[in-house]
Amino acid sequence: MTHYEDIKKQIRDLLINQKLAVLSTHHSGQPYASLIAFVGKEDLKEIYFVTPRTTRKFANLSADSRVAILINSSLNMDSDFHEAVSVTVLGNAKETNGAEKDDILGLYLTKHPYLEAFATSPTCALVKITIKTYVMVRNFQHVMELHIDQ
Amino acid sequence: MNWILSPLEVKPDHRNRIGPKAYALSLMAREGFNIPDTLFLTVDAYNAFVNAAGLRERILLELNRKKFKDMRWEEIWDCATRIRHIFLKKQIPDPLKSYLTEKIQLRFKGKALAIRSSAPDEDASGSSFAGLHESFVNVRGTSSILDHIRLVWTSLWSDAALLYRQEIGLDVDKSEMAVVLQETVTGNRSGVVFSQNPNDETQVIIESVYGLNQGLVDGMVEPDRWVLDRDKKTVLSHKSVQRKHWMIPSETGVEMTPLPEDLSRRPPLSSEEAIDICELAFQAETLFKAPQDVEWTMKKDALYVLQSRPITTLSPSETEDKRAWYLSLHRSVENLKALRTTIEETLIPEMAKTAKDLAEQDITVLSDRELAGEVRRRWKINQHWVNTYWEEFIPYAHGVRLFGQYYNDAMRPDDPYAFMNLLTQTKMASLERNQLMEDLAAMVREDRQLLECLKSGAVLERDSKFSEKVNQFIEKFGDLSCAVTGGTDCATDTRPLFKLLLEMAINPSSLAFRKQPRNALTLQQRFFERFQGSKRKEAEELLDLARSSYRLRDDDNIYLGKIEAQLLNAVKEAKSRVESSERRGTHTSELDDLKSVIHNLDYGNGKRELTISSNEYGFKINPRQLVGQPAGPGLSRGKARVIRHHLDLQDFKNAEILVCDSVDPNMTFVIPLAAGVIERRGGMLIHGAIIAREYGLPCVTGIPDATLLIHTGDDITVDGFLGIVTISQKDR
Repeated sequence: MTHYEDIKKQIRDLLINQKLAVLSTHHSGQPYASLIAFVGKEDLKEIYFVTPRTTRKFANLSADSRVAILINSSLNMDSDFHEAVSVTVLGNAKETNGAEKDDILGLYLTKHPYLEAFATSPTCALVKITIKTYVMVRNFQHVMELHIDQ
Repeated sequence: MNWILSPLEVKPDHRNRIGPKAYALSLMAREGFNIPDTLFLTVDAYNAFVNAAGLRERILLELNRKKFKDMRWEEIWDCATRIRHIFLKKQIPDPLKSYLTEKIQLRFKGKALAIRSSAPDEDASGSSFAGLHESFVNVRGTSSILDHIRLVWTSLWSDAALLYRQEIGLDVDKSEMAVVLQETVTGNRSGVVFSQNPNDETQVIIESVYGLNQGLVDGMVEPDRWVLDRDKKTVLSHKSVQRKHWMIPSETGVEMTPLPEDLSRRPPLSSEEAIDICELAFQAETLFKAPQDVEWTMKKDALYVLQSRPITTLSPSETEDKRAWYLSLHRSVENLKALRTTIEETLIPEMAKTAKDLAEQDITVLSDRELAGEVRRRWKINQHWVNTYWEEFIPYAHGVRLFGQYYNDAMRPDDPYAFMNLLTQTKMASLERNQLMEDLAAMVREDRQLLECLKSGAVLERDSKFSEKVNQFIEKFGDLSCAVTGGTDCATDTRPLFKLLLEMAINPSSLAFRKQPRNALTLQQRFFERFQGSKRKEAEELLDLARSSYRLRDDDNIYLGKIEAQLLNAVKEAKSRVESSERRGTHTSELDDLKSVIHNLDYGNGKRELTISSNEYGFKINPRQLVGQPAGPGLSRGKARVIRHHLDLQDFKNAEILVCDSVDPNMTFVIPLAAGVIERRGGMLIHGAIIAREYGLPCVTGIPDATLLIHTGDDITVDGFLGIVTISQKDR
């Protein structure tokens, strides 16, 4: 398997197998981290999550769409140090609406069926992150980047 | 959880907690065999040690720096060295230490012990691990015993053991080690008996030496050998050998000394004693219901069983053949000393003479037919020395590893490679070449006219002092345009050499890179102070051996290069004749012969494809941080100079970082200009790492696809402490 295929496969596996990720936004330069339940698209170009519009993270990303997300396969065990794969995602966030929202909501609830009431609440936004770069870390310190032209 | 079991406490379900070797001993003890006083340390004791302070994950982090299959044996050795070092530096946790101390003192009352490995996964694999793990004899004092228990535990992670487990498909993550503690029986005669000859099932084989069994097992003392008839229990033959040495207990451990004259004249066993030993083997075979390989020793007239295991070589499989190769990764001091004599006194002088004789021969006077014959002859000569390089010179590199282990055991330094400081600054041919280049660069720097002359590419004054020195340099080391030392015909002129000299002249600061001898003398003094008497002599000998081994690791390529250069000279002469005849349109049968020789020896075929799949529409991959092996401490940042072809070296600029597939000493003339070294090949003993240490440069080796992922001009950082290379992305 070439580097390229290998990296794409590992990122795709992580997007499919992990349910939670850490989202980074900021407010006037003050970084802010929060946990999100996400779903990734097969083509690796977009990630989606749902959040109430009253949250800090939503206010932050509305003011500055640049965000970072950390997704990783660690199990909170010693073995994570040599086994876990971690991906930092860089991209821009924007609320989706209309037909796109309906499509993606289906995808989102297939992965997180227990969040149906939450995700369909009129007070929640479905946020799309358009991805520019994945930074993948494995073998403790081996780092490769995958850049996407959007 | 049982940390220690006595043989009579062992139950069938303990087998996977103490390993097959210990389990067999417990059964023999129960059946009344005469075994020395024994205790078993279960794998629970090993696990209590490795689980303390996350040792297990530290091991796995080392082993998972990259894919195991991508590691060369030298990298695996480095991994094993680091793991061994972690074990040596890590103290046994207090509850376990107190428990073991009390039990050992109570049971053995200060007697010297043999400490042997007993790996449970021998059972799981059905394969023999004989010889792959460590055993120690005649260890005295509780502190030393606990120390040697750690050494047996760590031998689970030796390079040979790791490779073998990988080979037979065992999961190294789950490996555990039990230990046999046995009173050392100072037998005056010892040996092994095979209850069934692996090559003839009607026979029994006995091998025996004077003294301890260590001499026989390690292959240091040649044994007498008896063949007996299994049915009749009679001696069929006895092969007597020249008995010169025996292995006896020393103050700590064992030592090989000359065998007393009276013993050397008579075999260690009488025929009656051989039959007694045969009987012992049959009893073991009956107990275990399979032919056995039994280690025994005799003290006065009492016969002791040290261990018994099933014979695994009745039908040698491919795997076992490979085990022999893994075992060959460990060379004894005696073996290396003999190799040193051969290399230093015979092979190197022969290589030097061969290169000189070939250089003196005027090939221009040969007829076309004679030249074709000469090219063939030179190819054979070169091939002979390439083979010699693999068979003799490469194994000799083990001198460094042997010393490294010896040094680390004695000194327990923080840096497992501190021993390398005692080996650098040796007189290597590549360093002599680089010093001459530095002298030439200094001449250029001090002579403005000469500097301008070189810059403009004007012709040098033929009889100037500089020209004279340049000619001397070229005569000895070639003009650096060829990938072999001594070659002069790969470029049209001396521009590659002059470009580098100019770069060195303009950047005098680069010359200060050369590292001064660190505290090598103090280190050496401290090392020697650890030993007294014969041990001191042993330490001195080992250091001397390691220095020779280290020096030759570099020099051998230079000598080999000189011979290959002479082959290339003859090929070049042949090519030139063919081309000129083709231009003239002449044709002879002799010329066909020359053509066919050139065709058959064509160089440069089968080169690696220098591309990597990294892009697809809409996507692009970039390396950000690459993990290799730390091979030279230090941190530096600079532009990458990726070497894909030898002539790329001539563009090397001051303070660039050398990135290449595999450095060889015929390339290291750019090192005085370099700020760091990165190499695809991994290991502490590869040439890139050796020369980087000499110049005190940060070095990272074992980066897969280094020359494909990094590009000339990339801003890179070399972290030689952690073995990490970082590539800066300007726009991010």
